[in-house]
Amino acid sequence: MERSEDAAEAGMSNRWPEILVALFLFAIGIIVVNDSIRVGIGWEEGEGPRAGYFPFYIGCILLISSGWILFGALTRFKKAQPQFASWVELKSVMQMLVPLTIYIVAVVYLGIYVSSLVLIAFFMKVHGKFGLIATTLTAVGVPLAAFMLFERWFLVPLPKGPIELMLGF
Amino acid sequence: MTKLGKWAGRALVTAIATIGLTGAANAWEPTKPVEFVVPAGTGGGADQMARFIQGVVAKNKLMAQPLVVVNKSGGAGAEGFLEVKGAKGDPHKIIITLSNLFTTPLATGVPFNWRDLTPGAMLALDQFVLWVNADAPYKTAKEYIDDIKAKPANTFKMAGTGSKQEDQIITAMIDKATGKKMTYVPFKGGGDVAVQLVGGHVNSTVNNPIEAEAHWRGGKLRPLCIMDSEKLPYNEKVTATQAWGDIPTCKSAGVPIEYLMLRGVFLAPGVTQEQVDFYVNLFKKVRETPEWADFMKKGAFKQTFMSGKEFADWVGKSEAMHYGLMKDAGFLAK
Amino acid sequence: MEELNNLMHGFSVALTLPNLGFMVLGITLGILIGVLPGLGGANGIAILLPLTFSMDQTSAIIMLSCIYWGALFGGAITSILFNIPGEPWSVATTFDGFPLAQQGRAGAALTAAFTSSFVGAFFAVLLITFLAPLVAKFALKFGAAEMFAVQMLTFCSFVGMSKEPPAKTLAVMALGFALAAVGMDTVTGTLRMTFGTTELLKGFDFLIAVIGLFGIGEILLTMEEGLAFKGKSAKIQLNVVLQTWKELLRYWKTSIRSVLVGCWMGVTPGGATPASFMAYGLARRGAKDKDSFGKGNIEGVVAPETAAHAAGTSALLPMLTLGIPGSPTAAVLLGGLLIWGLQPGPLLFTEKPDFVWGLIASMYLGNIVGLIVVLTTVPWWAAILRIPFSVIGPVIIVICAIGAYTVHSSIFDVVMMLVFGVFGYLFKKLRYPLAPLVLALVLGDMAESSFRQSMLLSQGSLDIFWANPLVAGLMLLSFTMLLWPIVPALKHYLRGRA
Repeated sequence: MERSEDAAEAGMSNRWPEILVALFLFAIGIIVVNDSIRVGIGWEEGEGPRAGYFPFYIGCILLISSGWILFGALTRFKKAQPQFASWVELKSVMQMLVPLTIYIVAVVYLGIYVSSLVLIAFFMKVHGKFGLIATTLTAVGVPLAAFMLFERWFLVPLPKGPIELMLGF
Repeated sequence: MTKLGKWAGRALVTAIATIGLTGAANAWEPTKPVEFVVPAGTGGGADQMARFIQGVVAKNKLMAQPLVVVNKSGGAGAEGFLEVKGAKGDPHKIIITLSNLFTTPLATGVPFNWRDLTPGAMLALDQFVLWVNADAPYKTAKEYIDDIKAKPANTFKMAGTGSKQEDQIITAMIDKATGKKMTYVPFKGGGDVAVQLVGGHVNSTVNNPIEAEAHWRGGKLRPLCIMDSEKLPYNEKVTATQAWGDIPTCKSAGVPIEYLMLRGVFLAPGVTQEQVDFYVNLFKKVRETPEWADFMKKGAFKQTFMSGKEFADWVGKSEAMHYGLMKDAGFLAK
Repeated sequence: MEELNNLMHGFSVALTLPNLGFMVLGITLGILIGVLPGLGGANGIAILLPLTFSMDQTSAIIMLSCIYWGALFGGAITSILFNIPGEPWSVATTFDGFPLAQQGRAGAALTAAFTSSFVGAFFAVLLITFLAPLVAKFALKFGAAEMFAVQMLTFCSFVGMSKEPPAKTLAVMALGFALAAVGMDTVTGTLRMTFGTTELLKGFDFLIAVIGLFGIGEILLTMEEGLAFKGKSAKIQLNVVLQTWKELLRYWKTSIRSVLVGCWMGVTPGGATPASFMAYGLARRGAKDKDSFGKGNIEGVVAPETAAHAAGTSALLPMLTLGIPGSPTAAVLLGGLLIWGLQPGPLLFTEKPDFVWGLIASMYLGNIVGLIVVLTTVPWWAAILRIPFSVIGPVIIVICAIGAYTVHSSIFDVVMMLVFGVFGYLFKKLRYPLAPLVLALVLGDMAESSFRQSMLLSQGSLDIFWANPLVAGLMLLSFTMLLWPIVPALKHYLRGRA
């Protein structure tokens, strides 16, 4: 990933993202090691490794490698860091990530069809500045096409919410 | 948007009318596609049967709505069972079972019991046959068992499907009968297990007939005995000299083992008797088709059909038996 | 040449006008299934099975196998255009296919992918035609230890010296293996890392991780790059196909190697996904300009696609002759055969010659028909990139969500897709490589089971991995592959000291 870095553009440094991701991996390592010990990490005579044998060492590797990354990040803590992303870039990412997260939550509660309709309409209207007709056609068309394709043709039931239930599906 | 509203309204009215009409005209019928959950992966015995039923229902138009097979194999089938258990009162979800109906909750401690579901019907019982490679020197079960007894423990290797499930339970029963432990090696599916035996990587398997039939016919495997109280009723020759009916029972060979696997259908909890009746009738119709008869013959199934209380009693007894067997073998969840 | 006669007979069975129609229909449906992530060839075949009862048996099987071809072809499309692998075996195609599309060479990448797929499948069919009995015997040699050796080899041939920091490579690889371990341990039936939840019982599906890490992660990166909401001006040339073909001729060595890897992995059955990774790894090692891989090297598309198709096709061989499906899709096809009363096994070739040779002939024809169909659509697919991002962006998200859901019909997977997506973005930004994670996730479970099955068979003795020439050779090859990248470094070091 090589990007031209505009020195003048302010942004977030790599410092905290690096530390947080390493911490997260370290935490996963702890969970893995812990659960492996629960199921047994021994090498049974005549049977070979037990259920936790491999996950235990995998967890250890994860602990060591993420610990190493964490250590590196902490020793560099005070030094200048490469830029993670500029604030402008982060803002665009958030413009996608926030609606995306809301969309996923909506899929859980409202089903996929209604949520998709709103998501597409939102992006086309707000970011694409498309007209009402084009927006409506696409926003209704895509979920409808998905419905026909999956539910009717391939008979794969997709998540549905209260509105579809009301319509009798 | 008003147009959409109108359309939605009309659809709603039609939907209600449809439900009302069918309800009034005759007994309950599915109003949308029925999910047929398979608590096992694609290609296994339960999956094959479910997809076969799906095909038969579609071909003979036994149901107005389509039957859709959904595999939920996670956690030795626990994923599928828990899904149906959670779909309280939903008549559009049925599940086909294998022995993991009992073994999975017992071995893993996953909070689930067959009583959490509504028993539908028993479709058939699946047999187990003791197989060896055709190149092995054993012509009868007795010769094989005697050799196991004569050699030190763990000399012989048994391949089977999954861990602490039917194949391993049967292996534990054989261990008990011979007094010598065999090494049990679990694989993912019955097909893989049969091929391991054909390739000579293990000494024997307890494959279901349908999983090993092709290799038997091809002269690669040899059946030694069948784990039922009586011989199979299928007397049509499978190989040049033998029919399913020619395989002796294990009991007659000195290994007193009987084990049959349930191929049955359960519904979600909290469904009405009317809905259960619909499915029982559906499966009765499926059983009357010539395709079903063919399928039964090919897989040498035991064609017992049960529903209602009789079925529930059978399942209860089978559960108790599994509990006993698994307790003896030390497979129960700690 | 008895086979040739049989094959000619097969062609006469398969080559009727209605059958050709079914082929085109099957290919088109298959492409659709391949394009949509989550819908596998298995879905299509399973769902279309009931519809085919009214047809003639041979036609039905021909159409079903054409769906299988179509799905194999289609998997590459979304990988190249949007970095979303439509099928597991097209993950490796994204590594170079997507950068190519970003550089405005989507047409070339697609042509390369389709053509390589054709080549891979074609040679695999040749193998099925002439060497079926021999190959079936070879497949039987693969017990648990041999399977482990093959998985080891896949891993070793892919993992090399990556440019990313070693600690990060190691960390994501361990993460991949850890995720693969979640769920039920097949060998002892113990539940691992499920913490009493229903959702974790089934473990982390490879496809969910990939849709999130690659698909959603890429959308977030695209937003950042400030391309926001503008379409890409991909040039669409109609002669792109011919131009790319000229270029492809240069990679004949890679093609041959990938065909061999694919056929072998399909037969054993290691599967199409490991095959594609292995072929990609080997191509990168064999290339002079290793650094251009991952940045849009056509060879990086040729290798995995050829191998995946060769494996996908040759996977039908163990299915037909042994009744073991080499892939989940083949498993459903197997179910289909059973419904028609065709029992796959060693005798299928002698008992149902009409069917078998009709199927094999349809493999040749279906492949050719498929290539023509997909190549004519290349400009259209490439044109999709011109749609403004404000339209295609949310549509891709919807497709990803549907894909993630359909893999296991689980809403939890959709949420996991988002989590993987965020990590895909973070990992990319912080220079954590994604490929080792994905590979570990694919191989982790399989390799662990094979290893432990071997240990059970050998009573806990590691000698089983040297017990016969086949397994010993594979293990030796694996270690050579693993240590290969160190050789130049070592040479350099020694020279420096001298």
